[in-house]
Amino acid sequence: MATWTWFHRLASPPHVYAFARRWTPWFGGFAAVAIVVALYGGLVMAPPDYQQKDAFRMVYVHAPTAWLSLMIYTTMAVAAAVGLIWRMKVAHAAAAACAPVGAWMTVAALGTGMLYGKPMWGTYWVWDPRLTAELVLLFLYFGYMGLRAGIEDPVKADKASAVLAVVGVINVPIIKFSVEWWNSLHQTATVMQMGKPKMDFDMLWPLLLMLLGFLLYFITVLLIRLRAELLRRERNASWVREVLA
Amino acid sequence: MFFMIVATLFPLTLTPEMSRLRDAAPGVLWIGALLSSLLALEFLFRDDAVDGTLEQFALSGQSLTWMLFAKTCTHWLLTGLPLALSAPIAAAALGVSVDAMPGVVASLALGSFAMSLIGAIGAGLTLGARRGGVLLSLLTLPLAVPILIFGARATQLAISGGDIAPPMYLLGAIAVLGVTLAPLAAAAAVRIGLE
Repeated sequence: MATWTWFHRLASPPHVYAFARRWTPWFGGFAAVAIVVALYGGLVMAPPDYQQKDAFRMVYVHAPTAWLSLMIYTTMAVAAAVGLIWRMKVAHAAAAACAPVGAWMTVAALGTGMLYGKPMWGTYWVWDPRLTAELVLLFLYFGYMGLRAGIEDPVKADKASAVLAVVGVINVPIIKFSVEWWNSLHQTATVMQMGKPKMDFDMLWPLLLMLLGFLLYFITVLLIRLRAELLRRERNASWVREVLA
Repeated sequence: MFFMIVATLFPLTLTPEMSRLRDAAPGVLWIGALLSSLLALEFLFRDDAVDGTLEQFALSGQSLTWMLFAKTCTHWLLTGLPLALSAPIAAAALGVSVDAMPGVVASLALGSFAMSLIGAIGAGLTLGARRGGVLLSLLTLPLAVPILIFGARATQLAISGGDIAPPMYLLGAIAVLGVTLAPLAAAAAVRIGLE
């Protein structure tokens, strides 16, 4: 029974609101520390790559954003599914709070990827499957947010966008697998591969720390957005009046 | 009709040179097919939602999933299949040889069927939305990317005289996945829209 108590508490907006308010500074603080240390480690301490020179340092921002863009979509789909199955209002609010962050991470991943691509590949954009898949992911986010904004009834908007998020997650592995098939399609095109460089530990630890920092940053932003979302949704509830009083 | 017009516009905008048009033909045919099926998808559920037929479906006690599946199949028979059958005319105008026509028709027929199924989810979801048409394309196009990849690949192989079986199998796999899952999701979406 005890294991289910926390789950039931998650369904209660005041409890989640209080939880988010208590933990936001902690996650935010650790995120800031991790990102600053990782930035120093990545930009100053790590040796330049023997082939890519200093330009490889872009990876310290590019990889975490790209990784998060996928992870946030999965988080959003799981939250949406939880909301659909257990009819949890908080889960729908969390999914709604995820979407804009995920879309921005996708934009950041594409943007830093383009800046990375210019010195490495000589071009900002190639129709490489990985790039295209990331772009499609951005459109999925836009579709999700568009559908949410397009439906006036909040309960309907929650459910409809949740169905879309769950359907869209089926598409993510399809896009992932099409990477291989598509390569065979465009054999004449220059397919740029980053490959798996055997990274030196001096280069690797700032990257891993940066991943952690970005993850904590995402949780921080998610908690802040979730609080705003809960206040907006529950604006007529008595607990909101007590909290804000 | 819309499909034919789109196919006609490409020679005007690209180049009237036959050899180059033939290279562009898979893209032209598939973009045309995608756009026209998007246009048609808007009317898949909309009229029935407005005049209450969908509500009667939901209340009839029969499985809404099967009903919507039947409706989507009918929709495909009336839009996707004619499109695939008329594709040889557009393809011939783009300089595709007669030998390639069976492959072109088969890939477009299978692809538009998968497209109708996936589009049914989007059409169901946008029932309750304002400006549903714009949203519908925003929702459906990312999901249609795999269909587009394999469909255009099959058409391209048909035109260049290659073996179209591998992409057709993958296209078939997407269609089967669509048959099994899309009606369920569409039924869930329509129920939400009707609440």
